[in-house]
Amino acid sequence: MKSLLRARELWLAVIIVAMVTAINFRAPGFAAPANLAGILNDTSILIILALGQMAVILTRCIDLSVASNLALSGMIVALVNAAYPEVPVQLLMILAVGCGLVFGAFNGVLVWLLGIPAIVVTLGTLTIYRGLIFLIAGGQWVNADQLSEDFVQFTRIEMLGLPLLSWYAVLAAALFFVVMTRTSLGRSIYAIGVNPVASVYAGINVGRTTFVAFCISGMLSGFCGYLWVSRYVIGSVEVAKGYELTVVAACVIGGISIAGGVGTFAGAILGALFLGVINSALPVINISPFWQMAISGAAIIMAVVLNARGEKRGNRIILRQTGEPS
Amino acid sequence: MSDAASTTRHIPNRLDSPLRGALLSWPSLLLVVAVILFVVNSFASPYFLSPWSLSDATFNFTEKAIIALAMALLIVSGEIDLSVASIIALASTAMGMALQFGIDTPGLVLIGIGTGLICGMFNGLLVTGLGLPSIVVTIGTLSFFRGLSFMVLGDQAFKGYPESFAYFGQGYVWWVVSFEFVLFLALAVLFYVVLHRTNFGRHVFVIGNNSIAARFSGVRVERVKFLLFCLTGLMSGIASVLLTSRLASTRPSIALGWELEVVTMVVLGGVAILGGAGTIQGVVLAAFIMGLVTFGLGLLNVPGIVMSIFIGALLIFVIALPIVFRMVRERRT
Repeated sequence: MKSLLRARELWLAVIIVAMVTAINFRAPGFAAPANLAGILNDTSILIILALGQMAVILTRCIDLSVASNLALSGMIVALVNAAYPEVPVQLLMILAVGCGLVFGAFNGVLVWLLGIPAIVVTLGTLTIYRGLIFLIAGGQWVNADQLSEDFVQFTRIEMLGLPLLSWYAVLAAALFFVVMTRTSLGRSIYAIGVNPVASVYAGINVGRTTFVAFCISGMLSGFCGYLWVSRYVIGSVEVAKGYELTVVAACVIGGISIAGGVGTFAGAILGALFLGVINSALPVINISPFWQMAISGAAIIMAVVLNARGEKRGNRIILRQTGEPS
Repeated sequence: MSDAASTTRHIPNRLDSPLRGALLSWPSLLLVVAVILFVVNSFASPYFLSPWSLSDATFNFTEKAIIALAMALLIVSGEIDLSVASIIALASTAMGMALQFGIDTPGLVLIGIGTGLICGMFNGLLVTGLGLPSIVVTIGTLSFFRGLSFMVLGDQAFKGYPESFAYFGQGYVWWVVSFEFVLFLALAVLFYVVLHRTNFGRHVFVIGNNSIAARFSGVRVERVKFLLFCLTGLMSGIASVLLTSRLASTRPSIALGWELEVVTMVVLGGVAILGGAGTIQGVVLAAFIMGLVTFGLGLLNVPGIVMSIFIGALLIFVIALPIVFRMVRERRT
């Protein structure tokens, strides 16, 4: 089982390397370190979001509100920055994480205490959070000239050859890795996804652990809110619209099972990178960017088909044999 | 138990539970909400009660409601299709391409509906043939179908549909009663009969409640689910014809985000998102409620994005309400 899981991530890594190599033939320079660093930087936000989404999907839930949460948290810090430019950016980052935490916790409370299916809750909050952006900003945009210099630069400053934005992704990934594999919280999240009933007997509070998973997803989304506004220098209602599906797609491509309990943090990162490489490759090899959606759609479908090969077989065969009276 | 003994003629839609009473009266609760909204609307705006504005109000939900009818069956069976809006885009694009080859109205309609059916079959094949989770498959096809539409059109649009084609989305059957609305009512009756009065409908409920037991009882689970995906694709194709005809153009961003509104409609209609319970009456009423909310707020000049807050809150509130009631009742005993 372990080796099989490892093999899946290895496969994905091999495919990504093969893709980069192939594209490099068509467009020399694509595999140059500087360009690869650029791709990593462009994919950083997706990586962070995919990690948060992974925590939720592991618990057999789904968080469709991540993109709206991101946009709302981003709008809040952008408005604060526009109104009070003297507030230090570090504080705004904490504010963004805090906002995200509150929105994530709201999802989590509804799932935990009221037992409403996560897909319904987050479908609702997806539209609510998106609408709130319009209300708090009064339908206005926050433009580049309203944002302070620090606010914009804090994702761009280079450290050891990489912009800070990439380092945030690395930091988030490292923290996430420790939490998921080295703490009882992380193991609980896996456990309730694999078998909620057995988890109860093992003394895990299933509802509360699910709640925490939503909080993690919310916090990371909120943080990405700041990153997004800083990177693209715009705060508006349209920010990251529809991005939640890309995030789920990254998880699915990374081999995280929507049925819960299966998936690794390397998978989530590689899934995000896979989409990132495709996005940056299309313009380079002269394919219209309008093809991107169909290609990532096809990639998701293929990933699900391949993932399912290892997962469900045993179960179904037993059913078929006992199910047929002949 | 005495309750179960007295209803031997009917198999209940779900096992007895504290929720049962609330669920059974769901459509009546929705009806009350709809009436309240209607009255509030007519007081809030003097323009609301004119026949023509009421007729206009039906246009902004009938296409979604037609898909919601099929989606309700799919969700009752425990599956979901998030690709419906993308099927609209692809079917509309197919019609636009056919138009470039000089195909006339009957051919266009056939191609639109046919494309929807093929998309539905594709989803159904992946879910039932390969045993994949429908939510992931249809997130994939959501991106794939609309992606194909973007590949064909880019930032262009198809225009110049024939005049006879305009009837489906803009025509009136009688006075202010539009073709779209009549079609929706007819389909609603059809779906009511299929879900609540036929063996097929019973099978849909059984599968949603316990697909393993259904298989042991001789229900062909995979085939029923496959048919439901085809049906959802077909309805999306029909919705595509109506919408394309109404807008008289095709852009790849047509019907963007509708999948969430359709699911909201179905869940608001009292269909259990985990499958096994739901009524067509509820879905029809939910469609009217969403139409009334958006149209009423529109008359009051509330922007569309703010309306979406109401819709989202309505969705959560309406589902949370019976659960909170039950919790309060349980705490008391």
